[in-house]
Amino acid sequence: MAVFSTNEFKGGLKVMLDGDPCSIIENEFVKPGKGQAFNRVKLRNLKTGRVIERTFKSGDTIEGADVVDMEMQYLYNDGTEWHFMQPESFEQYVADANAVADAKKWLKEQDVCIVTLYNGQPLSVQPPNFVILKIVETDPGVRGDTSGGGGKPATLETGAVVRVPLFVQTDEVIKVDTRTGEYLSRVKE
Amino acid sequence: MSRSETTADWQPACARSALIARAELNARIRRFFAERGVLEVETPQLSRRTGTDPNLQPFLTHFHRPGEASAEGQPLYLQTSPEFAMKRLLAAGSGSIYQICKAYRNEECGRQHNPEFTILEWYRVGFGLTELMDEVEDLLTDLARPTLKLGASERLPYRAIFAEHVGADPLSASLEELAVCAETHGIEDARRLCGSERSCWLDLLFSLLVQPRLGEERISFVYDYPALLPSLARHKPGEPDVVERVEVFLAGVELGNGFHELSDPLEQERRFDADLAIRRAQGPNEPEKDERLLGALRAGLPDCCGIALGLDRILMLITGAESLDAVLAFPLERA
Repeated sequence: MAVFSTNEFKGGLKVMLDGDPCSIIENEFVKPGKGQAFNRVKLRNLKTGRVIERTFKSGDTIEGADVVDMEMQYLYNDGTEWHFMQPESFEQYVADANAVADAKKWLKEQDVCIVTLYNGQPLSVQPPNFVILKIVETDPGVRGDTSGGGGKPATLETGAVVRVPLFVQTDEVIKVDTRTGEYLSRVKE
Repeated sequence: MSRSETTADWQPACARSALIARAELNARIRRFFAERGVLEVETPQLSRRTGTDPNLQPFLTHFHRPGEASAEGQPLYLQTSPEFAMKRLLAAGSGSIYQICKAYRNEECGRQHNPEFTILEWYRVGFGLTELMDEVEDLLTDLARPTLKLGASERLPYRAIFAEHVGADPLSASLEELAVCAETHGIEDARRLCGSERSCWLDLLFSLLVQPRLGEERISFVYDYPALLPSLARHKPGEPDVVERVEVFLAGVELGNGFHELSDPLEQERRFDADLAIRRAQGPNEPEKDERLLGALRAGLPDCCGIALGLDRILMLITGAESLDAVLAFPLERA
């Protein structure tokens, strides 16, 4: 694997730190005018999601991590694991609950996700930014109220719960932003 | 750097308002020093010698006389600051002087660093550090006035402010105690980075734990530096552990470094030699000591204080910019 020097550190670079793959968030060059130069580096541990801050001396090197992001189609959940397919090669990958984490509540069969592979194994799954899902349960709303004010919880077919306007009913299909978990609009089927 | 896909690279990185702010800044500085009878000077940017500070990496180029293109050429350094040449002027009887010029430092680049940057450097004959701090405060308050309202400055001895934020005395604490402080504050890498090098420990802990807390809506001066971070400051009379050095901070940003200037040629030569010994250990690139500076000191440098301020950083702070790129017409990426 490639080795990277502090001058190559930039947002998005994947490196190994303490045995875990990490993604660099930010690299700040710190140097007193008459003193030694350091690099203050913010990284996200890709296994735990935790953000850590570390310091390097300018010129220090760290090993790159074999981490790649790949677009994959979500196929199905077999009860314990989630199955994805790389659409060009038809190669299938199996992700465990750890890797799927919070993304699982947005996963609908056929949708295209970004699967992060570490040494060829799914490490994390990023759902599409926007998903279109059916409401399976929500309280009946107040007839004629189209203000959208207030809102109520609605359970979606994938299990996610989002706040929707009062006029939105069970069995309707809605568009949701998975990054914020916010309802965007109704969708006509 | 914010760069939309449609913006071509030829355009300046900064807004026109930043160009205007810079012109205004330069005009105010010149007015300030004219009113105080400080003489504006120019010194070479290309010089046969340069500073020996192991933490400053100069750019080296070669001069070819007409018709000498094939020869090896005369090595010339781009100056990391105009300090040595200005001290030669002082020794020759210039009186108090200032200069606005470019300075060049290799291996430096980041949100607050560009390898070429603008320095305001000045020397005041007969000033002590207190008078120098007064003048820096007057100048910065004047420069900031259009946009920033600064309260009265704070003046903090290095030892006290270090102890307050780090939790140990920088001069007497053992390295083990400093290591424990670093761990307490979540700096995991300190031992690996600094080992048994005390100056590294002080630089690291000061940079990460003290500096970010300095200069909240007022100028913070930190003075009386440990003697192991002497640069070109003279020793404080009666306190062998301390040198008469001051640093200026605003909004957590280091703006400049000033000294009660070392005038003893023997001590200056000892520091050159100590720097060069460190450089020899680091690698082959070894500048020679500036004999002309030593000659000037032997002839006699008047008792004086001097300071260099980074004008790009000052401009960044008074215009509310997040990085130097926002106040430079063409930062490195576009130069």
